[in-house]
Amino acid sequence: MADHRSRLAAIVREHETEIVADWVGLLAKVTRRDAVDRNELERHARSFVSLLADAMAADASGEIDGSPWAKVREMLTSLSANRARQGWSPSETATFIFSFKQPLFARLREVYRADAEGLARETWTATLLLDKLGLMTSEAFQKSREDIIIRQQRELLELSTPVVALWEGVLAVPLIGTLDSERTQVVMETLLQRIVDTGASIAIIDITGVPTVDTLVAQHLLKTVSAARLMGAECIISGIRPQIAQTIVHLGVDLGNVATKATLADALVLAMSRVGSLASKAAPRA
Amino acid sequence: MPAVREETIGVNSDEDVVRIRQVTRQWALDLAFSLVDQTKIVTAASELARNTVIHGGGGTTHLEELREGGRRGLRLTFVDKGPGIADVEQALRDGYTTGSGLGLGLGGARRLANEFEIASRPGQGTCVRITRWK
Amino acid sequence: MLDGKPGERIPILKMGEFLLVSIQVEMHDRLVMTLQDELTEQIVRHRARGVLIDISALEIVDSFIGRALGNIANMARVLDASTVVVGMRPAVAITLVELGLNLKGVRTALNAEKGMDLIRRELGLSGRRDAGGA
Repeated sequence: MADHRSRLAAIVREHETEIVADWVGLLAKVTRRDAVDRNELERHARSFVSLLADAMAADASGEIDGSPWAKVREMLTSLSANRARQGWSPSETATFIFSFKQPLFARLREVYRADAEGLARETWTATLLLDKLGLMTSEAFQKSREDIIIRQQRELLELSTPVVALWEGVLAVPLIGTLDSERTQVVMETLLQRIVDTGASIAIIDITGVPTVDTLVAQHLLKTVSAARLMGAECIISGIRPQIAQTIVHLGVDLGNVATKATLADALVLAMSRVGSLASKAAPRA
Repeated sequence: MPAVREETIGVNSDEDVVRIRQVTRQWALDLAFSLVDQTKIVTAASELARNTVIHGGGGTTHLEELREGGRRGLRLTFVDKGPGIADVEQALRDGYTTGSGLGLGLGGARRLANEFEIASRPGQGTCVRITRWK
Repeated sequence: MLDGKPGERIPILKMGEFLLVSIQVEMHDRLVMTLQDELTEQIVRHRARGVLIDISALEIVDSFIGRALGNIANMARVLDASTVVVGMRPAVAITLVELGLNLKGVRTALNAEKGMDLIRRELGLSGRRDAGGA
């Protein structure tokens, strides 16, 4: 078997220029994009063919997870990530690999003109390999798209986390809707940063708009309170409805010495009294 | 899974612990981890590097940048040929107040990482591996 | 951050009855211990009533440094001085919470100004002292 695979590598190397030329011509035709940069296509094509030949020569197994294939994987993953960023479609990205079969098989047909069995064998080997690479490319593309979406969601969350300065030195963040782990973390980080930015000494976290609090969310809230305390700010949790109070007790969550109030208004009164006892507005500060 | 990039650094002194912090931070920056994630992995590395020096009598840290599917990660493996840990479960539970020395290092590092593995036997040294994914 | 080279010391400023420490370098463990010893010694020497430790430049606070801060606060209390740690970065705070370090007994404030106010309130001082710098 190893014998036959190393011929593939040699064939690719020998006909590299023509294969790339044919392939780029095909890509330019099948890629349904207005602004296809032909030079870039050529660069990618040449790079892939060269790395492919090296990998095939180094490794006869066709196991693309192995280290001889690392450079090929890296190139394809990076290509997929770029395509995802640029807004290419999944099939356009996978086409990059699958369309390679055509120029490769054309060369195989030439080389194995008189050897039907050899042609069948090599074609089969090449197909298996390219299918694996094509699938890998597809997955990498998918993951990149997911990453982009996640990042955009996060940015949106950060922008939409409403941290309000209610009073000098007092911030409030009304949490609304169901809280998931990710969102709570974003809120936590945004709040802590705003505490630094505004020099606040008290942060009111209002959970009136949160329908249910589960263990995970409660833990995140407590971590936020602890982190704020380490930074020198105190938190007050407001909007604790009777049902939520029950849930918290049932869950065995220990609120410790975190101040809690039923309403945002009550929390603000408490906050102002604390801040009032702290601030001395008598002398102008340097 | 295969590493895209790797490096091994000796950890035998106070200064080496600082070096591990700096190198880990640089790798985390290269991988474009968020600031909080950077801080977490560097802090975990600091704990484990210190353990290697103080409890392991010195050893090595192996850094790897990983690519799996489309995601990227940072893996650190701390190895020493020290006395080993008799009761790993206990060591993971040991808290700040026990003064056992291992303190928060192990448990803390585990909480700060996405993946955590440890292998240790009395007389055979210790190997701790943490991974943080983007 | 600069490297804390062996033998280097963290400068401790005296301001009236207060001692001010601003940590600007990446500290290795020996430097942390040196700081701990120096601060304690100076609290005694100057009969300081308050200690303000500014960690706003620290990107990493691990369990060793955290314990040291706790030790400094405890020793200061025994010596009738009040300690405040100021300027902890959000990412550091989040990581410390995850690490499980709660720094009990250490007062904290957002910045040096608030830290000084806090110490003054604790010591029952009124009005502002003439202070240079900080």
